[in-house]
Formats: sequence, C-alpha cells, structure tokens
Amino acid sequence: MYFGAGLCINKDIVTTKPFLSLPELMGNKTEHIVIIGNGISGTTAARHIRKRNSSCIITIISSETKYFFSRTALMYVYMGHMKFEHTKPYEDSFWPKNRIDLVYGHVNQIDFGKKILKIDNNEEIMYDKLILALGSVPNKFGWPGQDLKGVQGLYSCQDLMLMETNTDGIEHAVVVGGGLIGIEMAEMLSSRGIKTTMLVREARFWGNILPEQESKLIERHIISHGIDLKLNHSLKEIKSNGANRVGSILTESGEVINCEFVGLTIGVRPNVDFLRGSGLEVNKGVVVNKFLETNQPNVYALGDCAEFKEAPSGRKNIEQVWYTGRMMGETLAKTITTSKTAYQPGNWFNSAKFFDIEYQTYGRVGNKLHEGESDFYWENIDGNKSLRIVYNSDSEAVIGINVFGIRLRHEVIDRWLTEKKKVKEVVGEWNNINFDPEFFKRYEKEIAHEFAEHFGISFNIKPKNWKSILNLVS
Amino acid sequence: MGKLRIIGLFLFGLGFGLLVSELSMSEYQLTNRALTKAVTNPTHLELISPRVEGMLGQRFTSKTEFIRGYQKAFNAINSEFKSAGEWDRVIWTDYTFNVVKQSSTGILIDKYYGLFGLVFLMVVLGALLYIFASKLARPPGIDHNDIFLDPMKTRGWLGIITGIGLILFYIALYWYPEYITNWVILLDPLSLALSGNEASQWFLYGFLYCVVMVVMGIRMILKYRHNKYQLIRTFSVIFFQISFAFLLPEILVRLNQPYYDFKNIWPLDYDFFFDWNMNHLLASGGLGLFMLVWGIVLFAVSVPILVYFYGKRWYCSWVCGCGGLAETLGDPFRQLSDKSLKAWKFERISVHLVLVFAVLMTGMTLYSFFSGDTEVFGVSTYNVQKSYGFLIGAVFSGVVGTGFYPIMGNRVWCRFGCPLAAYMGMIQKFKSRFRITTNGGQCISCGNCSTYCEMGIDVRWYAQRGQNIVRSSCVGCGICSAVCPRGVLNLENGPEKGRINDNPIIIGQKHAFLDLK
Repeated sequence: MYFGAGLCINKDIVTTKPFLSLPELMGNKTEHIVIIGNGISGTTAARHIRKRNSSCIITIISSETKYFFSRTALMYVYMGHMKFEHTKPYEDSFWPKNRIDLVYGHVNQIDFGKKILKIDNNEEIMYDKLILALGSVPNKFGWPGQDLKGVQGLYSCQDLMLMETNTDGIEHAVVVGGGLIGIEMAEMLSSRGIKTTMLVREARFWGNILPEQESKLIERHIISHGIDLKLNHSLKEIKSNGANRVGSILTESGEVINCEFVGLTIGVRPNVDFLRGSGLEVNKGVVVNKFLETNQPNVYALGDCAEFKEAPSGRKNIEQVWYTGRMMGETLAKTITTSKTAYQPGNWFNSAKFFDIEYQTYGRVGNKLHEGESDFYWENIDGNKSLRIVYNSDSEAVIGINVFGIRLRHEVIDRWLTEKKKVKEVVGEWNNINFDPEFFKRYEKEIAHEFAEHFGISFNIKPKNWKSILNLVS
Repeated sequence: MGKLRIIGLFLFGLGFGLLVSELSMSEYQLTNRALTKAVTNPTHLELISPRVEGMLGQRFTSKTEFIRGYQKAFNAINSEFKSAGEWDRVIWTDYTFNVVKQSSTGILIDKYYGLFGLVFLMVVLGALLYIFASKLARPPGIDHNDIFLDPMKTRGWLGIITGIGLILFYIALYWYPEYITNWVILLDPLSLALSGNEASQWFLYGFLYCVVMVVMGIRMILKYRHNKYQLIRTFSVIFFQISFAFLLPEILVRLNQPYYDFKNIWPLDYDFFFDWNMNHLLASGGLGLFMLVWGIVLFAVSVPILVYFYGKRWYCSWVCGCGGLAETLGDPFRQLSDKSLKAWKFERISVHLVLVFAVLMTGMTLYSFFSGDTEVFGVSTYNVQKSYGFLIGAVFSGVVGTGFYPIMGNRVWCRFGCPLAAYMGMIQKFKSRFRITTNGGQCISCGNCSTYCEMGIDVRWYAQRGQNIVRSSCVGCGICSAVCPRGVLNLENGPEKGRINDNPIIIGQKHAFLDLK
C-alpha cells in the first residue's frame, strides 16, 4: 500500500527525499512508527517524520479524540467562542492525504521486548519505533472529598465535557490554584455568569513565576472581572452536600465557602502511571536523554510526559508547554529520519492571556532578581500594561523581558537575547520591537522618560523604521 | 444592564413589527393628478389615462387588488402593440411603483404619518439601548462569549428568519418596489430637502443602509473600544457611506449635476461605462467630464498604487459600501464563513469568473459605444449588460450578498463575487507591501483567527508554521489580530523583502528548523 510513495507528488508534503533511497530500493522493509498521543508533541513528530520520510508507516493512537486539536483552545469551546471543530488545526482530510493513520483507542499495555502494544485490552499493534507523547494529568493532593462529584481538574477534552455537565446550572464555583489553568477556569466560569472564588495559596497571583508588580497588575484585573480572589488561602477539605456532590469547601483558616463546583488547578504531572513496572525507566515522567531516547531501544518520549535526565542548560527537567512539545517533536523527527539530533531549545519564551490582558515573556525573568541582575520596570497609568527588562548589572546585557498588554516582535527579541544586546539599545528600539496593531498607543514617551530617570541619563526612543527592523532580523 | 437590554429589545421588536405592518396600512385611490405625477412621459400618459379611467376615484383597501387593476390595464396596451407588431410603441417603463406611491391615501397617510417617523426612531433607539446594555456589560476586551450558543449567530432559527427577511427585502427592493411604497413615502420630506425630488426605493435603500451602518457601527465601536484600529476603521466606513455614497450624490442632483458616488469603482460599479452613464457624464459639462476621468483614474491608477502600499484593505474594509455593511451589520455573522479547502477552491474560480464576465461585458459596452454597433460577434451588448445586472448586480451582490449574511457569513459577495476585490486581490498577492506578519513561534493553533476570519482564510494554517499571511482575498479587517490570545498576528505594510516566506522557520530552537509544507 505504501510502496513507491516516495514518488508520490503531494502538495502538502515536500519531502526532503524526492526519490526512493538506496536501502529502500534494495527492498528494506517499511518501518512502522507508532506514536501514542495526538497532542502537539506527537502530532508535530508525525508531521515532521512524514516531511522527511515519505515511505514509513505512521500511526498515531489516542484515546482522547481521533483528531488532533489545540488543547489550549478548550476554554474557548466552553465559553462559546468556538466549537470543538474549530480547535482542529488541520482538516480531517489532512491525515489520509499525508498517510498518517489515526487510531482512536487506549493503549493499556506495552511489551517493549516484543515491540507490541495492546489497545483497549484487545487489538495488538506492532511497532518498529515507538514515540510516547502521553501528556499530563491534573494533580490531586489527596484532599478529603477530592473525588466527590463536581470536583475536577482541566486538561483533556474529557475534562472539558465533564466540566460542561458539572457546571450546568450552578451558581457558585471555587477554583483552587493560582496558575495559568486556574485563571483560565475562572474566566470560563465567569463567562457563564457563575460566581467564582479563586483560592491561591501564595501571597500573590502566580507568585512562583511573576515578579510582584506583575502579580499585582493581574490581581487587579482578576478582581475587576468580578472574581472573588482569595490570596493566602489554602484548601483543607471539600465537603459533600449529602448527595455525593460537593456542597462547600473548608479552607485552612477555617472559612467555609458554599459551592457546587470545585476546580483543582494546582498543576499537572506526566501521564505515566500505567508504564510503571513495565521495564521503562520512569521517574516523575518518562526518563529521556538529550536525544529523547528512553532506556528501551527504539522507544522515545517527548512533550509533557518526558523528563530529561539532564536538563538542557538553563531549563527544567520537565517543561509542560505547547512550544516545547512542538520543538521536541521537530527534533525527534529529525533524529528518527535523518540524523541523531539533540534537543537544544533556544531562548525561552512563553505567552498567555489573563482575561483581557495578554502576556508575553522572553528569556528569563524570575519572580525575583538573581544575583548580578538588575531590572527596569514601567507600568502605564491605568495599571494594565507593563514592561520589565531584566539585565546583567555589569554588562547591561538583556537577560529577559516581560510584557503585559503589549505585544513584542519575537524574532527580534530572540536574536537580541542570543546576541546579549544592551538594555539601552533594546529600549531605544522600542518602536521597532513593538508588535501591537497599527494606531495603538506605543507609550514611547512614557517609557523613555521612566528609562531616563532609572538610569539618570537623557534618553530617546527612535521612531519606527522598517529598514532597521529588517536589519534587526536579517 | 440586563433590564435595559430587554427594554431595548422590546422597543426594537415592537417598533419593527409596527413598521412592517404599516406597509399594508394605506388605501389607494387613483386620481388624474396622481397619474400625471407618476407617468412622467406625456405620450405614455396619454396612452395609459383612458385605460385606467374605470379606476379613477375608486377607493381600494387592498394593495394587491389595486396593483392588479392597474397592471391589467397597462398590460392591455402593450399586448395590443405587440400583437400589432408595433414594437417601437410598446411602453418599456414600469410605472407601477410610481402609480402606487402617488395613489396612496387614507387617514394614516394623510394625517398620522408623522407618527411613523417616531416609530422608526423607536426602532433605532431600542436597538441602540440593547447594544449599549449588551456591550458595556463587560469590561473592554474580546466579547465573543456564547456566540456559538446563539440561534442568531449559528444558523439557528433566528438566523434563518433574519436571512429570509433580508432576502425578501432585497427581492421587493429590486423587483417589487410597489410593495414597499409606504416606507418610501415616509422619506419624501428628507429626499425633497436633499435633492429636491421625491424619494424612490433607492433613496429608501440608501437611507436604511446609512442608519443600519450607524447603529451597527456603534455596536462595533463599543465592542472594540479597546482596539484603535477597529475604531478608526469603523468610523471610516460610516463616514464614506454617509457622505460619499448617500449625501453627496443627492446634493449633486440638487445642483443639477450627475448623481455620482466618487468612491464607487469599476468593475464593482459595473455600469460606469454603460452608454447612458457615459452620455450623461459627457453631457454634464466640466464636472461630468471630471467624474469620467476620476472614475478611470481610480481603477487604473489609484487602485494599484494604494493596494501596493496598503493592501486592498484601504478600500474593502475602510471605504467600500459593501464592505462597510459587512463590517457593521455583518460583524455578528463573520464566524459563519466556510474555511474549508473546498470553499477556497470554489472562491478562486467564482470570483475570477465574475471579473472576467465584468471585463468582457465592459469591453462589449465600449465597443458598442464607440462603433455604434449594438452587437459584438452576433451577441447583443444590451442583453449581456442586462444579464450581468440581473445575475451579478442584483441577485449575487444584493440578494445573496446580504441576504445570506446569517447563513454563509458577512462577506459572501466580497469573497465569491466582487470583481473589484478579485482585481485588487491579484495586486495584493503579487505586488504589495501588505501582509499579516506572524510573530515568530508564539502560535498555539487555537483557531480563533480562522474562526473569525470573515473571508474564510484558514489563518491558523500559516500562523502555526510561522509563515506570514499573504492572501489575495484578505480584506485587512484586522479581527484575526484582535482575537489572537498570544499576540501572533499583525497587519503591516512593510518592504516586499521577506514578505513572503514559503519555508518559514519557527523560532524556538537553537538551530533553525524549517517547517516545510
């Protein structure tokens, strides 16, 4: 069925190998690559393998959905911004066209020795190479009542459907946890007019990531959207309403909050429990080296479920972010098809949206300054836009940038972080790195003024100039 | 806020119902005076008068009966001429609308008509109250909650009813204006004040167009009060509609100058080169000549230059009347456009076919104009013009273009039919500084951009692979950029260098990873 596919001209696959390679002509067996998990990591791996190799057989198995969808978009389905259909980045015809087989089923067992998977305890699939892209599951910390009806986390499509039923017609909800999914859930609930209380254990919102001023900025915004934000509050117990459903919660400080729904958003952990004891090395996640190889031959892991034995420099061992999943997929595809390639993420970046305030971060901005670091911070008068640049105190080289309510040009910032551009030059090019839509206020005077005061110098920001932008990136 | 919304909706619904029922609330009495006013051609008047004598002085309570009576008499004249073979004496002008309008009478028309002005005001104020209460109920930001649960915005029962209503309105406007005379009469005072003439159904259309654009434009402005690009753009389309499309042509008529919309561009303005228009302009002295030259310079020089610098958006979503309606009245329906590959393939064929049709028809028109020959290769120029006017001018751009807002999204005409859009699209694709820049590797494939693209462009396809969006159909409305939760998309005019990148690199890794197609 796949014979000669290397010659097939398909506008959606530009193969790096337009003709059959020598081993293939000599009659080598077609390789079967099986990917468990159809999130961004597994899907990217599949797409890139197909781009680089047109003859192998690729199968993606998932028990979540048949088709790849954007996990980060689930909230928009709940809020009615989109239907589930809209979250699928590729039309359904994309998969057969690119000869990527999709299997909707749950892998219960893997026999690494025989290279066989068991799906739904019945069908068996053999693989030559196996990619584990298993994703995460929401954390639960053993609170009393955490398994009551109406208590849940939010990660998968199934979680979303559960949330749909759990929140149907309810009036009051409690979200536990002050991170990205927590605020997403609060936004989702409030979009349905459900009175929402957010319990945050720390003294400020997302305090392990954001510097204090940014935390405060977002806290004000959360409150302005009608959320009852309770900082320094931890969950002690979830109480039943007598019908095996949540009726209220009790905080550590003894406060009782009545609610019909509890969202547990205190982080996620790798979805690897079913692999413990299978011969695969599993710690918190599936342990991999820098080539994303596991301890089993021809078995790889990537994305949320992978735990690096040795973290790439400046990075964490487990990074559960859309972009890192995508990059690992790109890397692994290269290793499998062309040449063994280590995962080498570039400068860190991430983004999010907190209700109406967008957030972008580039490089490293910690929740507080490390030794040898200084920073420059500016916030607008309305207190809903901000810029923070962290730089090396001695060399003034930029280390990281945070923006709230402002968009920046990724390409330029990325390059400057690599080139260790000085903070003065970066701010001087503000109009060229700003990526906000046309006619938006750029705040260049305010920022220049603040910057001049900060450094005690006279300082100006250059006008926008396309030539400079091109020079900056080319 | 909730209560105000309901009050607004109630006022709007009540007033709208009254306005619709008012269409049948007159009586009709044909008088000699009415006939003289309605039938402007003296020869025709002489022919028609004796035939309708029996109707004179008779009071009709049913409009259809009155129209039937008049048309029976009128058709008798023509069928006699036709059977006698006297084709040059056949009356081709349809006076039904005028006759009905001039014969309208009754206590309502004569005494209480002003009340309906107040009812109309109530409809507008009710709508505005509803809009203000809805849009200000949440802080500034993307306001898309529950769109896919709304029967109006998801081809639900409300959307279907609205679509049918719009289609019926367009059918009446184009082919049965005699059934909406009561609304036209309402506007006579305004029309008299502007142009000195009584209102026609087209004056009604222009007026309603403006009112709808203002009301729904205010909705757009409130909805996007956090986004300056949307604010300025919305002000711009409203300004061009009211001043250039509505007021200026009427004032020109008052000054005995040709009726002319200075921003309507051939081939969208498909009858610009029709002999009656050319003759009229050529006979209207200096200003007429200027209009003729202006029209030619617009499509031949200004369009390519402006599209080169700003993309076709300078027209489609800043100036154009069709675009203006789509961006205001049509905004609630933008998510209904089809994003499939199939729809794109169909769109490319249909929009360019219409352009070819328009160019061929205009070619024939000009050939006939200069040579005096009414046929080109045995095909009658007039018949081709007529079929274009019917198929494209009325059915496609009007009935389908607007009537299908709640079914196929708000840019059906612009996407599948507008020949000017096709022309500008070619320039935008191959020689322009405009693009939607994709911001490095920040895309999370969420799909908001594609969902809310009114032109049905799968924006995400490009964004998720780090590629700039250069598409001929993009009208630059800027909504993809507005709804993007990660700051990935930005409408920019920049150097051509680097505008198109077919093998983009998504930022993230230390070493470049190409995202091949």
